[in-house]
Amino acid sequence: MDTTAVKEYTFKDFASDQEVRWCPGCDDYVILRAMQKALPEMGVKKENVVFISGIGCSSRFPYYMDTYGMHSIHGRAPAIATGAKLANSNLSVWVITGDGDSMAIGGNHFIHVLRRNVDLNVVLFNNEIYGLTKGQFSPTSLVGQKTKSSPYGNTQPPFSAGELAIGAQARFLARIGGNTPKEMSLMFIDAEKFKGTSLIEILQNCPIFNDGCYSKYTDKAVREDKQLFVEHGKPMIFGKERDKGLILNGLKLEVVTIGENGITQEDLLVHNAKEQDPTLHQMLVRLKYPLITGIIRSYDDVTLEERKNEQTEMVKANSPFIKTDDLFFSGETYEIK
Amino acid sequence: MIIDKPNTKQEVLEAVVVRFAGDSGDGMQLTGTQFSDTSAMFGNDVATFPNYPAEIRAPQGSLYGVSGFQVHIGSIEISTPGDNVDLLVAMNPAGLKTNLHAVKPGHTIIVDTDAFNKKNLEKAQYESNPLEDGSLENYRVIEVTMTSLTKEALKDVEGLDNKSILRSKNMFALGMVYWMYDRSTDYTIDFFNKKFKSKPQIIEANTKVLNAGYYFAETIELIPNAYTIAPAKMSPGTYRIIMGNTATAWGFLAAAEKTGLELFLGSYPITPASDILHELAKHKHFGVKTLQAEDEIAGITSAIGASFAGDLAITTTSGPGLALKGEALGLAMMIELPLVVVNVQRGGPSTGLPTKTEQSDLLQAMYGRNGESPVIVIAASTPGNCFNFAYEAAKLTLEHMTPVVLLSDGYIANGSAPWKIQTVDAMPDIKPNIIKQATENWHPYDRDEDTLARNWAIPGTPGLEHRVGGLEKDRVTGNVSYAPENHEYMTKIRAEKIKRVQNYIPDLTTEFADTGEVLVVGWGGTYGSLHSAVKQMHEEGYSNIGFAHFNYINPMPKNTEDVLSKFKKIIVCELNSGQFVKILKANFSGFDISQYNKIQGLPFGNNELIQKFKQLL
Repeated sequence: MDTTAVKEYTFKDFASDQEVRWCPGCDDYVILRAMQKALPEMGVKKENVVFISGIGCSSRFPYYMDTYGMHSIHGRAPAIATGAKLANSNLSVWVITGDGDSMAIGGNHFIHVLRRNVDLNVVLFNNEIYGLTKGQFSPTSLVGQKTKSSPYGNTQPPFSAGELAIGAQARFLARIGGNTPKEMSLMFIDAEKFKGTSLIEILQNCPIFNDGCYSKYTDKAVREDKQLFVEHGKPMIFGKERDKGLILNGLKLEVVTIGENGITQEDLLVHNAKEQDPTLHQMLVRLKYPLITGIIRSYDDVTLEERKNEQTEMVKANSPFIKTDDLFFSGETYEIK
Repeated sequence: MIIDKPNTKQEVLEAVVVRFAGDSGDGMQLTGTQFSDTSAMFGNDVATFPNYPAEIRAPQGSLYGVSGFQVHIGSIEISTPGDNVDLLVAMNPAGLKTNLHAVKPGHTIIVDTDAFNKKNLEKAQYESNPLEDGSLENYRVIEVTMTSLTKEALKDVEGLDNKSILRSKNMFALGMVYWMYDRSTDYTIDFFNKKFKSKPQIIEANTKVLNAGYYFAETIELIPNAYTIAPAKMSPGTYRIIMGNTATAWGFLAAAEKTGLELFLGSYPITPASDILHELAKHKHFGVKTLQAEDEIAGITSAIGASFAGDLAITTTSGPGLALKGEALGLAMMIELPLVVVNVQRGGPSTGLPTKTEQSDLLQAMYGRNGESPVIVIAASTPGNCFNFAYEAAKLTLEHMTPVVLLSDGYIANGSAPWKIQTVDAMPDIKPNIIKQATENWHPYDRDEDTLARNWAIPGTPGLEHRVGGLEKDRVTGNVSYAPENHEYMTKIRAEKIKRVQNYIPDLTTEFADTGEVLVVGWGGTYGSLHSAVKQMHEEGYSNIGFAHFNYINPMPKNTEDVLSKFKKIIVCELNSGQFVKILKANFSGFDISQYNKIQGLPFGNNELIQKFKQLL
C-alpha cells in the first residue's frame, strides 16, 4: 500500500488543458465538474487516478481530466479497467460509460465486472439515446419512442440499468439526477470509499436528441414531489412538505401520507442499503413513483482482488519455486553428456 | 524393475515411428506420452504428434472417435513425428481402419483381437474381419487377446470395477512396446505412483498390467526379434521433454522475471490454446495473474488495461478468437502499448478443424484490423523454441512499444520434444521503455530516436498523468487531432516503427546450401517437416537445394532479398493455400517463386515434400 501523504488538491488540479466539447446545456458538464470537485475530497493521489471510457458522448470524459486516462473502444472499458486494477490495486479506477456503451455493445463486460466485484467505480451516463451517432434509440429508450432509427416508435422494451445490475450481483448501486451536482459529488466520494464495484447511474438529459426525458422527475419544480432520495438508516420520506413516505404492503411498496389513516413517520420503511438480500433494493429500483435516487444498495463483500491476492499468498507460501529456473529444472529432467 | 532380457537377437535401428490408435476413451494420448517421455529419458531424440477428435468422448468404436498418438524416436536428430509408421498398435477395428494407410508394408501391427467383434467391425464399417480375410497379408500382424489378458492379470486385485479394469488395457500395449524397444518400465511406474497417490489399487492395477504386457511380449515367440535404438547425439546439457504450449508459457515467465514486471494473462478458453492459460494459472508463486475473461474481447482488453497499468500483458487464443480481438488489437497498436497476442493456429475458417493444425491465420495476423494498423508478427517453429519466441515477443513488445502477434499452431503446441533447459540468466536482456520521472516538456508520444518507440508512463508515476485513446493523436502533444497532415504523418510513423524492428532481429539463415538451384522456404511450425525433407535430399546426393525458414514475418529480416537471390528457384511451402508466398511476392519481385500447399489439417509428410522438390531439380 502507498502510505505517503496525499497532497491538498483543488478541483483545478483535475481539469486538463483540453477544451470541453459537449453540446451547450448538456448534463455532462455538471457531471464533469462534480467529479473534479469530488476528487480532492477522496484522499487519493492524483497520479493514482485512472479514468477509462468506451465510446459515446460520455466517453470523451477522460480527455478533460488531468489524470491518467484511456479513451478506449466501444463497450470494453469495464474489461480494460479490470485489467488495470488487477495490475495495480493502489489505483483508483473509474469507468465512464453510457447506456449504449454499457448495456448494448458492452453488456457482457458490464454484467461481469459487477459479478466479479472488482474494486472500481462505474459512472453510467444514462440519457436513453445514442447521442454521438446523432439520435438512434438505445437499450434504455422507451417503447414507442420516436428516434432517427425508430421513426414510427421504438419496438424494443428497455433495460432498467438498476435491475440489470442487481441481477448481475451489484453490491453498490446508486442513482442520481444529472442536475444535482452536490449530491452527485458526495455520491462519487462514497463510491470511491466503497470496497467493490460501485455503479452510479446518472439520469442525464441530452438537450439535443432526447431533451426532457427525465424532466418529470428532475425539474426543480417537481423534484421533491417525484423523487425519494434514500439514505441508509433513514425513513423513506419525500415530498415538498416531507409528508409522504413508503411502506411495505404485502409484496408491494405503497405511498402513504403521514397523518392520514393513522400513519406516522414510525410506520415508514427505514432504508437499509447494507442488506445482503437485494429483494427490497430491486423493488426500489423498479418504482416509478416516487423515483428512487440516492445510494440504493451498498453491501460489503469480498472483492476479486482480495480473493486473488489471498490465493496468491497461499500458493507462494507453499510453493517450492522461487525462481523460474527452479521450475524449469524441476520434475523429470535428464542429462546428456 | 525388469528382469534381464534373454539373449534375443537384437536389431539396432536409427529411428522408429510408433503409433497408438484406439477409442478416444482408450488412453492413447497417455500411452503415447509415456512412451515418448521414457524414450527421451533414455537419451533418444523424440517428436510426437497427437491426433484426436474434437469430440471429448465420441461414440465408442466409431471411425471418427479414433484417437491417435504418434511418436518418432531416434538415435539421430528427429525433427518430425515421421511419415511411415513402423509399429501400429490398434486397440479396435476403427483404430486399424483409420491408421493402416500410414504403416509401411512389411511392418508390424499389434491388435487387440478381443475388440474385433461383430459390433465393433460394423461400427468400423468392415464387411469382413480384416484379421481373417487376408487383407493384412503384407503386414506382420501380432494378434493379442489384450482385453482378456488384462482381466486375467487383474483377477486378484480387489476393489476394481469392470470399467477400471478395461481402462488399463492400454498399459498392456505399452508394456509390450517397452519390451520391443528395450525401454525400462521404471519411469511409467514412477508416474503411476505420483499420479494416483491416493488410489493404491489403481497404482497396483496399472503396474501389474504394464508388467504383464512387458513379460507377455518377452515370452511369446510371436515377436521374432527385439529392436533397440541407441541414444541420440545431442549437445550436452540438462534436458526435459516439453510441449509447445508449455514452452510458450515458460518463455513469458522467463521474460517477466528478467524484467521484474508482473505477468498478466487475459484469456478465454479455446482449443488448442487453452493449455497456455492452464499452465500460467498454476504459477501464482511467481506473481503471475491470470484472468479467465467473459469472452475473447475481454481477454485482450483486460490485458490492455494491465499493460496500461504497467504489467507485462499477454492474451492467448486461436483463429476465431483472433478475429474477435481484432478491434482491440488495433487500439493497442494505436495507443502504442506493449501487448503480446499468442495465436495457436488451428484449421479454419469459422470453427473449422479445432483440433487440427493449419497456418491459415497469417494474413489475419498481418492485416486483420480496420485502418492501417501494422504490428510485429513472429512465429515459433518447434515445440522447444516456443520458449524462445515467447521470450522474444515479450522483448520486442516492451522495447518497441507496439503489439506483437506470436503465431504457433496446433502441431507444435501439442507436440513435444526434448528441450535443453535455458536459464533466465543466460537469456538476452530486455529493456522496457519506461519513463520513471517527469521531465520538463514531457509528452506521452515522445519517441526513442532509434526505435521510434514512445515512452511508457505508468499510472502511479507523479507528473506524467496523460490520456491515450483510439482517436488519432497529435504527433507532439498526444492530444486528439483531426489534422490531415498529422494523420498521414502518424500512419507513416507507426509503419516505420515496425520496419525499424529489422535492425534488432537476426538475419535469415540458410541450411544445407547457401546457393544453388532450389531454395525451400517455410515459416512457423513446418520447420521440422521441411528440414528433414531437405536433409534427406542431401543424404541422397542432391546438393543444390537449400532451406530458409522464417520466424520473423513482420518485419522480415534485412537480408531476405539477398538470401532469395542466391537460388534460381524458390518454393514456398505452407499449410494453407499460399499466404506467406503472397507477402513474399508483394515485397520482392523478379524471383521465380512457386508454392507447395497442403490444407488437410495435417503436417507435411516427408515423402510428398521430397517428391515435389525433385520435380524442381
